[in-house]
Formats: sequence, structure tokens, C-alpha cells
Amino acid sequence: MSRQASGLKAWVVQRVTALYLAVFFVYLLVHFLVAPPADYAAWRDWVAQPLVSLGLLVTVPVLLAHAWVGLRDVLMDYVKPLGLRVGLLSAAAFVFLAAGLWALRAILLVGLQG
Amino acid sequence: MSAKRPVFLDLWRIKLPATGIVSILHRVSGLLMIAAVPVAAALLALSLAGPEGFAAVAALLEHWLAKVALVVLAWSLAHHLFAGIRHLFLDIGIGLDRPVARTSARAAITVAVAAVLIGGGVILL
Repeated sequence: MSRQASGLKAWVVQRVTALYLAVFFVYLLVHFLVAPPADYAAWRDWVAQPLVSLGLLVTVPVLLAHAWVGLRDVLMDYVKPLGLRVGLLSAAAFVFLAAGLWALRAILLVGLQG
Repeated sequence: MSAKRPVFLDLWRIKLPATGIVSILHRVSGLLMIAAVPVAAALLALSLAGPEGFAAVAALLEHWLAKVALVVLAWSLAHHLFAGIRHLFLDIGIGLDRPVARTSARAAITVAVAAVLIGGGVILL
């Protein structure tokens, strides 16, 4: 069905994306525990920092790729009727695409002003 | 293949070992976070749209339902992270022996719950 992300390739994608996500989410968690943004200006300025913007922009496709491989694995195990499986994967693909583009737009709008 | 193979799928009587519990919780936590992806994207965009949007998101996150969701997601992230780190070690051949695998599985489950409790405590105090 999907030759682009099957077998060994999906296995490698899952591990490489996992490493990036582990490091970046630990950074995010520490940041929000130590210095949660007090107001809009502080929040926007933090996101507008070049390295934060870049980290967030990279996170969007990396997180969605990781989520995609994981969701695909789960659906292949538990949803056996092919039509239903393809339907669910297609719905997820559209939701991922819309959410990803919306997040990228929000980060870019702030990053380009900064 | 013979059609008479024994099948035992009584979910109330099957006892998963700790390694199996880590594995199924890894999937559950992943699915929970996937469900949060579109909401997170929308809240990120709203919070960055302007001071009104930021205030709206801040108010929304004060709702008790949102706090329950945040605790569930914090656990999901913690469990997925620790189970994932354990998984990466297994991938490179570390901790494959059964006693070690069971100990690390129990550790991943416990540390994830502890991290949520400690993190929640830090936020509340």
C-alpha cells in the first residue's frame, strides 16, 4: 500500500524522529516549568527567537512523521477490513496535513515579524 | 494450518507481563497524543494570534476539563518518552534478557507516573 514508509524505512524514520522529539520535548517541558510565558508579548518573543522558531518548525513535520508511522502500525494491527483502514488513514492524513500547515503558518507569522 | 489451535482471548483473565503493559500503554499514550495534535495546533495558532487569543487560550486552560486533559497528556508524554528510551536501548541490544526487560518495564511505568506527580506538584506549589 504505502511503499514510501514501509518496512525498514518506517522503522528508521520512527527511531530518528524519536530522538529529535525526545530532546526537543524535554527542552520544552523544562522551559515551561522554569519560565512559563507571563503574557502575550513574552510568549511571542520566545517563539520569535530564531532557534526556537527553527526548532518548532522542524518539530511539525518530524512529529507528524512519527505520529503517522505509529498510527499506521496500530491500524494495521487492529483494523483488518482494508476499506476501513484506508479510510481511517486517509482521514488522519488530512487532519495531520491541516494541523501541520496551521501550526507552521502560526510559527512563521510570528517568526517573520520577529 | 490447523483450525483447532487453542485460542484463549478472555481479556479479563489474560495477565500481561510488565513488558506487555509497557507496550500497550506506549500505543495508548501515542494515540492520546495524536488525538491532541489538531487541538494543540489550533491553540498554538490562537495563542500567537494576539493578546486576545493568548488570553482566550489561558482562560481555556484554566477549565477543569482542560486540566484533566493536560494531566492525561503529561502522563502520555512521560510514558511515551520513558518507554521510548527503553525501546531504543532494546533496539541496540541492551536489556533484552527477560529479568532485565521486566525490571526496565516496571521502571518505565513507575517513573512516568512519578514524573507526572512531581511535575504537577512543582506547578501547584
